[in-house]
Amino acid sequence: MSDAMNTRITSALGGAVASGFASIREIGPQGMITLRAKPDVKGLAAAVKAVTGTKLPEARRIEVAGDKAAGWMSPDEYLLVLPYADVAAALATLAEELAGQHHLAVDVSDARAVFRIEGADAGQVLMKLAPADLSELEPGELRRTRIAQVAGAFWADEGGFTLVCFRSVAGYVMGLLSHSAKPGSELF
Amino acid sequence: MSTRLAKGGRLIDRTTAYEFSFNGKRLKGYAGDTLAAALLANDQMLVGRSFKYHRPRGIVASGAEEPNALVNMGEGGRFEPNQRVTTTELFDGLTCRSQNHWPSLELDVGVLNNYAARFLPAGFYYKTFIHPRFAWKHVFEPVIRHSAGLGKAPKEQDADRYEQAYAFCDLLVVGGGIAGLQAALVAAQAGKRVWLVEQTAHFGGRAMVDGAEIDGQPVEAWVKATLAKLEGFDNVTIRARCMAAGSYDHGYVLLDEKIADHTPGDGRPRHRLWRLRAGQIVAATGAIERPLSFAGNDIPGVMLASAVRDYVVNFAVAPGDRTVVVTNNDDAYRTAIALKQAGLEVPVILDARATANGDLPAQARALGIRVETGKAIAKVKGGKRVTAVAICAQAGQGAVQEEIACDAVAMSGGWSPVVHLWSHCGGKLTWDAAQAQFVPNREQPPRNHDGSALVVTAGTASGLLTTAEVLADATASVGGAQAPAAQGPAEAAMEPVWVMPQGAPIALRAKMWLDYQNDVKVSDVQLAAREGYTSVEHTKRYTTLGMATDQGKLSNINGLAVLADSLSAAIPQVGTTTFRPPYTPVTLGALAGEARGEIFQPLRRSPVHDWHVSQRAYLEPVGLWQRPYCYPRPGETHEQAVHREVKNTRSNVGLLDASTLGKIIVKGPDAGKFLDMLYTNVMSTLPIGKCRYGLMCNEQGFLSDDGVVARIDEDTWLCHTTSGGSDRIHAWMEDWLQCEWWDWQVYTANVTEQFAQFAVVGPNARKVLEKLGGMDVSKETLPFMQWADGVLGGFRVRAYRISFSGELSYEIAVPASEGRAFWDALLAAGTEFGMMPYGTEGLHILRAEKGFIMIGDETDGTVIPQDLNLGWAISKKKADYLGKRGQERPYLAGTDRWTLVGLETLDGSVIEDGAYAVAPGTNANGQRNTQGRVTSTYFSPTLGKGIAMGLVKGGLARLGEVVEMTKLGGGTVQAKIVDPVFYDKEGAKQNV
Repeated sequence: MSDAMNTRITSALGGAVASGFASIREIGPQGMITLRAKPDVKGLAAAVKAVTGTKLPEARRIEVAGDKAAGWMSPDEYLLVLPYADVAAALATLAEELAGQHHLAVDVSDARAVFRIEGADAGQVLMKLAPADLSELEPGELRRTRIAQVAGAFWADEGGFTLVCFRSVAGYVMGLLSHSAKPGSELF
Repeated sequence: MSTRLAKGGRLIDRTTAYEFSFNGKRLKGYAGDTLAAALLANDQMLVGRSFKYHRPRGIVASGAEEPNALVNMGEGGRFEPNQRVTTTELFDGLTCRSQNHWPSLELDVGVLNNYAARFLPAGFYYKTFIHPRFAWKHVFEPVIRHSAGLGKAPKEQDADRYEQAYAFCDLLVVGGGIAGLQAALVAAQAGKRVWLVEQTAHFGGRAMVDGAEIDGQPVEAWVKATLAKLEGFDNVTIRARCMAAGSYDHGYVLLDEKIADHTPGDGRPRHRLWRLRAGQIVAATGAIERPLSFAGNDIPGVMLASAVRDYVVNFAVAPGDRTVVVTNNDDAYRTAIALKQAGLEVPVILDARATANGDLPAQARALGIRVETGKAIAKVKGGKRVTAVAICAQAGQGAVQEEIACDAVAMSGGWSPVVHLWSHCGGKLTWDAAQAQFVPNREQPPRNHDGSALVVTAGTASGLLTTAEVLADATASVGGAQAPAAQGPAEAAMEPVWVMPQGAPIALRAKMWLDYQNDVKVSDVQLAAREGYTSVEHTKRYTTLGMATDQGKLSNINGLAVLADSLSAAIPQVGTTTFRPPYTPVTLGALAGEARGEIFQPLRRSPVHDWHVSQRAYLEPVGLWQRPYCYPRPGETHEQAVHREVKNTRSNVGLLDASTLGKIIVKGPDAGKFLDMLYTNVMSTLPIGKCRYGLMCNEQGFLSDDGVVARIDEDTWLCHTTSGGSDRIHAWMEDWLQCEWWDWQVYTANVTEQFAQFAVVGPNARKVLEKLGGMDVSKETLPFMQWADGVLGGFRVRAYRISFSGELSYEIAVPASEGRAFWDALLAAGTEFGMMPYGTEGLHILRAEKGFIMIGDETDGTVIPQDLNLGWAISKKKADYLGKRGQERPYLAGTDRWTLVGLETLDGSVIEDGAYAVAPGTNANGQRNTQGRVTSTYFSPTLGKGIAMGLVKGGLARLGEVVEMTKLGGGTVQAKIVDPVFYDKEGAKQNV
């Protein structure tokens, strides 16, 4: 990608940050591909491995390898996470590997906003917004859920959580996260 | 008078004094006081007026059951009405005012209602509806409206913030008394994830005041040790000031945690609403003492016996110097003993029972207190406070035997277990005749998904009264085996007393209050019974018994006992009213949580939103999207801006942010077949690279959505939907694919937000794109209704030659992350060609001038495509499509439906929104007949006159006829039926 293109590509909130008892960062642009295919499709595991370097995730899991990951979204949908600049090549690889197999691979990098919620009490921010039992969230578990009034998904990783939502509601989600992280509102 | 004692008070800190004000009067209290305790300490016996008769009202209770002492609390952004002083913790600088009086608390004109009580009987509200006929509108309604409501409504926005949080546990224990602590401890030791919540700031419950010995140590020591043990468990969460408002199916519980009520403005959220999911709930919620029904039992100074000793022991506050105790049980003797031990006088204990020989009466007698058995209160003397009681025999009719001066009365009519959480979700109750109380029927608990008991009760909530029984029950409630040993005095049986004295005549019964807040007396319930009310639920509503903000915590059992007696029925036959959440009121802020201000609802924003805002665009909601309606320039009205934008688009070039348009990818071997079912026309035959307008209907045949479909490759289509329809249509597609046609090989993906999409519209559109350069946008290479991928100004784009305006038009999609940069590039390139952005109103006018329909304007869920002359977009060849069968129903297939026409007023004016075309005559309801209605109406800047589309009976067959359109102010305007395409009927301008 040329420098000229880099400067005109902006994530939903341009990297907004907020701090409280946990720190909130909007990150991105983050490459993402929605891959729809049944798990038993021939060559699927190899195709995912070729693009993300991970194995095919089991139900509700996300497999992470460096800056790439593959998450299970539903019985016939996966979320592939990769650097923004790699998406076009990855789509080409998928088309090649899955040629002749019924599937749908589509770039959704720009349709999403991605947040990092970090700090020892980062989970408390999510406890205020998502009806998910965080104490039962396993390492490598991808939780699709509701973030107050909008759809969202998150997983735990180094020092906090990565949260994905739709791009158009990024401002709303940033408002939710910063409200929920306000000092003095720690849950425990 | 009520006063602060020199010594004692286990909850107060005499070294920290607080100032507060009541009705502007500056008063003093201590840290640890409740507002009620502090008011009583300052001899503020009178705290409010009752709802109906404006009778003087004093503090009756010491907890959540308080019916009287509600105040307007705080000021400005922290003002809140109906705050219960008994559950409000005192803080320095607290301000409050009494409610429901005029002009002042001491002198209240409304008390005249008191003397007119015979004109305000039970059900008076309903009776006012009936006769005399004129009176409701002119007399009763204005008066009732004026007097309705207790507190004042807040005028300012709430200064505090609120939040909600989700939590999960195996076991929720509600109530931090000894039963709750014991149940939590047993469950914690068993390794369960336990939550323990207590509505007050303190643990230990009643036992801390009433005293007992547990495991050989005083109860205070046991509570402290148990709490410390619980705090040591990682699997236990303990919250004080946290009220369980309601229990719901599947172990869902709402908890209202009052974080900063007592520390306002400290930066913390005021309340937090926990939305907890519990495997099982232990309701260790205790019991509430019942008043006794004797004449004058509502005079300030008459209090629950348990409350009197709470104030003495917890806060070192004496409600009176001389307190008469009246009871039907042994427990109330504890009050007499506590008062005596505090150095106060108890002139007499009136015990309605024939004998009183238990441990506690013996102790009272030993302290030298006079105990009179078989005796009752005939009448309490006093106005704004108690001055004396007249004594009579309980068995008689109230003949006064003696009058005893006193300034307080402590009454106890027995106890009612707090079964709310048990009952919210369907747990049944049993009448325990020995204790005269409804207790949980363990055979019929509220049930979990697997049939197990969702809620169990523990301790006093189960109807148990002694410490040993309470601890044993609490231990068993969570499957424990070994309960701690406990010692306490033995108590003799209570004896139900529903009316005191038993044979009281009407003059006394009309002064026996059941519901203090709503002014319901024994005589009212008896009247309701005489008037034919046999159901307790009907009686409740007729008399308003238990309908006040305390929800009848004190009055329900007494009321239904009186009703049962009046009906000569047994109490269990009459039954209770339904227990509904919340247990005590939850402030609206907590229910709203974080959803206010900027994050009240998720507003969807396009990638160019910030630019729109920077240009001071006037935004309008489209679904949850915020779209520019128009871009007014300085000095321009919205109307002027819209007209300028439309004219400029027609003559130069306009730029529209169409990013909100729905975009759904549909791919697979069966995608063509699928789309042929979804759309009314054929999409499978659409050649790659081309676009086709399509309509979607629901199964009933009604038009649901429309948009342009583009064929991307052999097995991929891209479906545009309306801006508001993308999520709905995507879900609709998935519904059919997952539930009905699960064996079809089709995948969909909603890529609406992946792209920023801009419409470049107008005669100069091509010039702008050519200036950007990079792809061939000529008519030959990219003709009308085709699309092409390419590069424009260095951006990766997909350009569609589609038009919703009748002009030469390109809709250009770029990745959303590059949307803003591309928008800027378009504006820069377009300047020399007169490019201006236009908003949704301009879009609407441009399409209306061309006769294009708009989903939501021309459609309303009752309109089929045929009504809109869109028969051309309905395939006659296809065997089926969604809606086909529906459209064949006679009513929809008939020829007399209202169908789409254009309308032009004869005088050039704009037809009003929503106007009807009138027809001769009137219908069965005497309303004017109609023959059509307007669906879109605008002033057309292009044509310089009003234009409209509408649905009219007979439709275009009536071309040239004049119809009368209604006007809001009355009268009609004449409009001619014309072709709905007002501008460029041949389509020459868009196909260039």
